[in-house]
Amino acid sequence: MPTPPSPDPRTPPSNASIWNRVAQTDDFKKLLAAKKAFVLPATIFFILYYFALPVSVGYFPALMQRKVWGPVNVAYLFALSQFIVAWVIAYLYVRAAREFDSRAAAVIKDLGNLEAKGN
Amino acid sequence: MNTTLILFLAFIAITLGITAWASRLSGSSASYFAANRRISAWQNGVAVAGDYMSAASFLGIAGLIAFFGYDGFMYSVGFLVAYLTVLLVVAEPLRNTGKYTMADVLAYRLHPRPVRAMASLSTITVSTFYMIAQMVGAGALVALLLKGSGISFRLAVTSVGILMIVYVVFGGMIATTWVQIIKAILLISGTILLSFMVLAHFGFSLGAFFTAVSQVHYHAPDGTEVVKDFLTPGLRYKPRYGALDLLSLGIALIFGTAGLPHILVRFYTVPDAKTARFSVVWAMWIIGIFYILTTFLGWGAATIVGRDFIAKNGGNNMSAPLLANALGGPIFFAFISAIAFATILAVVAGLTISASTSFAHDVWTNIIRHGQEHNPGEERRIARIAAFVVGAISIAIAIVLGPTANVAFLVALAFAVAASANLPVILFSIFWKRFNTAGAVAGLATGLLASIVLIFLGPSIMTVDAPTVAPAARHIIQHAPIFPLENPGILSIPLGFIGAILGTLLSKRDPAGEEKFAELQVRANTGLGAEKAVAH
Repeated sequence: MPTPPSPDPRTPPSNASIWNRVAQTDDFKKLLAAKKAFVLPATIFFILYYFALPVSVGYFPALMQRKVWGPVNVAYLFALSQFIVAWVIAYLYVRAAREFDSRAAAVIKDLGNLEAKGN
Repeated sequence: MNTTLILFLAFIAITLGITAWASRLSGSSASYFAANRRISAWQNGVAVAGDYMSAASFLGIAGLIAFFGYDGFMYSVGFLVAYLTVLLVVAEPLRNTGKYTMADVLAYRLHPRPVRAMASLSTITVSTFYMIAQMVGAGALVALLLKGSGISFRLAVTSVGILMIVYVVFGGMIATTWVQIIKAILLISGTILLSFMVLAHFGFSLGAFFTAVSQVHYHAPDGTEVVKDFLTPGLRYKPRYGALDLLSLGIALIFGTAGLPHILVRFYTVPDAKTARFSVVWAMWIIGIFYILTTFLGWGAATIVGRDFIAKNGGNNMSAPLLANALGGPIFFAFISAIAFATILAVVAGLTISASTSFAHDVWTNIIRHGQEHNPGEERRIARIAAFVVGAISIAIAIVLGPTANVAFLVALAFAVAASANLPVILFSIFWKRFNTAGAVAGLATGLLASIVLIFLGPSIMTVDAPTVAPAARHIIQHAPIFPLENPGILSIPLGFIGAILGTLLSKRDPAGEEKFAELQVRANTGLGAEKAVAH
């Protein structure tokens, strides 16, 4: 099936106002707030946790070289923990995203209602 | 005929079969550029991993860990954590608002022509540089792996180049995707098997393994024997700038991945944003397991094969194949070498399709043709020509540079440009209402220029070599580096962001663009109006 040619993105669609009205609905605002409440802290956390590794390795070598289990040192375990943390955050995001999906479905329903009213 | 060559030919035969099958399905633009958007979550996850785990990772990182221990593993960590940026911030909005390229998202509410021109320049720069690095490595490697079969560097580069052109020109995104999937499955299986054999060598005792890793014997260049603890950081990144360089590398890795065009276009091949999300999670499992196992490959090679032997038999890039040879003999060596070959082919095919799609969709259709195809199928025809041209140019440059050229910096450059030019403008177009065309162009231009200039002023290009260094391997400018770091990210990424911010604030507000911000936000977050999968 050939896809229809994309409309020039600069020409405002005839129903431009409907997007603004959707953006103003409570459901949409709640969706954005829910996403922000998860994504912002999660992103800040993973960035800080990640940079803690090169900073510790570069600037606190004595601590990083301390042996924990036989010859295995803090540096290696810290690096391995990065993998675990990344997987855990990914899991938590997928779990949180279920809520985003149901909120997005509510927004799509609102749009249907707005259109039905003949905007 | 040697076993390695037979396995190479088997892989080529299978992938050409897939290409022939895919060529009959690639009859529309959605099919050619986006595999009909019907790739499933696991398939796309495996393909993303396949696109990402290049020969530079498999052979290069294993080699770095074999030669420098822990410091090589720092790359591995960054390569996985980077996917959180992709998962949390970029993948879903991109899938919801774009069609075929990264520039679709940027052009959504801005003036499309200048934005697409800059975004396409950045995409083609990243893809081409990355590809030349892969091709030079590929040629040298294939010639080395097939030593004795009479295959030269030139023949190897030309064959790799022609194969990637054939996949992309005839098979489009469908063939490219399946080449990635097969390669990723081969690569992860080979890596698991090799790691298992390393552990078996140490009697399945992690204690014995780590004890050996903590006392690796080898000879320094002056001939004295040294014993090093390969679990200790600092063997590669030494004072005075080592710590800063490591940090700069880390920044480029975790912000660059979410701006790599050949990774981003993969999210257009799935039916919707939810599938894109799950495909990132699949990719994170595979990529994470792979990069944890790179320590077993690298340290296995350092302890079982030994750094001295690897240095005499092809250098650090040969660590993984030589380890396979030591543990499983010539057949296993052939198997691991064939995987390395599959890896190279799949990655260059992914790069070729992202560069040629950007040229056809952004430059041709949207800039030259103002968003409309004049003839049906024109966009695909242009993409095929572009793929051919990009492939031919890469073959030529790789042959001119030759097998010993020092090209590792091109990979660092690709990540730096992706992080400094692409990511800031992607983020601002999605999250900053006031962001405008001048800001996008300024951000892309500053990030691109800053990355290139800082790499050229840095030690990858400017270094005074010892007189003993071979002419082809010498640094391009024999002068002390002006910028002290190999990785420019720590400076070029802030510059990219500042460029985008200043460009926006110093130019007039764009009421039409800001008006469309609500639309972009609704679409990015709900998937309303997103490109649909093509029905059967």
